[in-house]
Amino acid sequence: MKTVDEKTVTMNRRKFLEITGVSTIVGLLGGWGLVELLAPGELEATYLPKKEALVAKRWAMLIDMKKITEQSAKKCITVCHRIHNVPDVGDPKREIKWIWLEHFANAFPGDEHEHMPERIEEERFFVMCNHCDNPPCVRVCPTKATWQRGDGIIMMDQHRCIGCRYCMAACPFGARGFNWGDYRFLIKDRNPEYPTREKGVVEKCNFCAERLAKGRIPACVEESEGAMVFGDLMDSQSELRKIMREQYTIRRKPYLGTNPQVYYMV
Amino acid sequence: MPEEKKEIINSLKDTGFYKPGKIYDPGYIIAGIVIFIILAALPFLYNAGKAAKMPEPKLDTPEILQLSEAERVCVLPKQEMRENHMVLLNEWRDQVVREGNREYTGYTGKKYTVSLQNTCMECHSNYDEFCNECHRYTVQTPVCWNCHLQKPKEWAR
Repeated sequence: MKTVDEKTVTMNRRKFLEITGVSTIVGLLGGWGLVELLAPGELEATYLPKKEALVAKRWAMLIDMKKITEQSAKKCITVCHRIHNVPDVGDPKREIKWIWLEHFANAFPGDEHEHMPERIEEERFFVMCNHCDNPPCVRVCPTKATWQRGDGIIMMDQHRCIGCRYCMAACPFGARGFNWGDYRFLIKDRNPEYPTREKGVVEKCNFCAERLAKGRIPACVEESEGAMVFGDLMDSQSELRKIMREQYTIRRKPYLGTNPQVYYMV
Repeated sequence: MPEEKKEIINSLKDTGFYKPGKIYDPGYIIAGIVIFIILAALPFLYNAGKAAKMPEPKLDTPEILQLSEAERVCVLPKQEMRENHMVLLNEWRDQVVREGNREYTGYTGKKYTVSLQNTCMECHSNYDEFCNECHRYTVQTPVCWNCHLQKPKEWAR
């Protein structure tokens, strides 16, 4: 009969239990460390969008030209330019504008003819950056100072703009303006809540991204008293889509393929 | 010394124009050296004993004074803000403009709107005595103010 040789057995039961116990504790600690490591840490939570922010899959705007008059449009322009510290340069060659007025033949070239209603022929249209779905300005920007946000807004980062004006050349709507000089002194009453722009940067309408972040619709829409609708194009229940289902809407220069997202009812 | 070199030196000595160890026109040379030393030392002499005043950024704006002692904290501890406020401001800029994140949780857990103009300058409304105090001392000219407005002095305009 074979007997267990005490010298060949390197581990007894007590030693074995001790090692397994300690290993289990070490393993658990390590596992917990991993959980800590992978859990959303402080860094991610430090910056968050505001809770009241308006979000959408695709922002778009609808302008009802039957409801808007040149006078009410001018009121919208004044409000927009005041809250965004847009200088009134005066000289049309150097002017900076976020929203402005344009005759039908210039806003919708090719669609005009001699026998249009007088209202459309006479009245000037309310135009701004179209926040195109296929933005040529973004494609040409060499510094990514202008880019398309997830919700479709064409944003402008003045911190990165080098003033090459490629975007201005690329935009078929003339929606962008260049600060040829320091125009800050031309701003009559400055809005202390919004920055101004320095010499050498391009600027344009930003669909009031700073207001959307605080849960407010664009200033021009608010000021237009129902003549303009702002909403989510991807939400079939939005007011914008409800109107667009019933009414025929047109866009500026759609044949250029930029897919503008400001719609007009004439 | 090789023989050839010795010969050359000797021939030069013979001409009478080469005198080893002699300074030519010592008056002009010494006067020139003295003038140079004085000119070079002038800025140091001028500023001797006049150490530039240590910057003292003022924290006594009405907005800060009306806060209670417990509320009187910045988004990060004082030392961290002193050393790295420019890094934080760049981070804030990118988060707002690029990511659309406009809410920042400070180290005390308090929530802040991410904005130089509307949050920083709300309390630190004394641009010249606060920001500029150290920037002058360290000869920094940050470009922030080329666009952003300094409250409230410019506000009044």
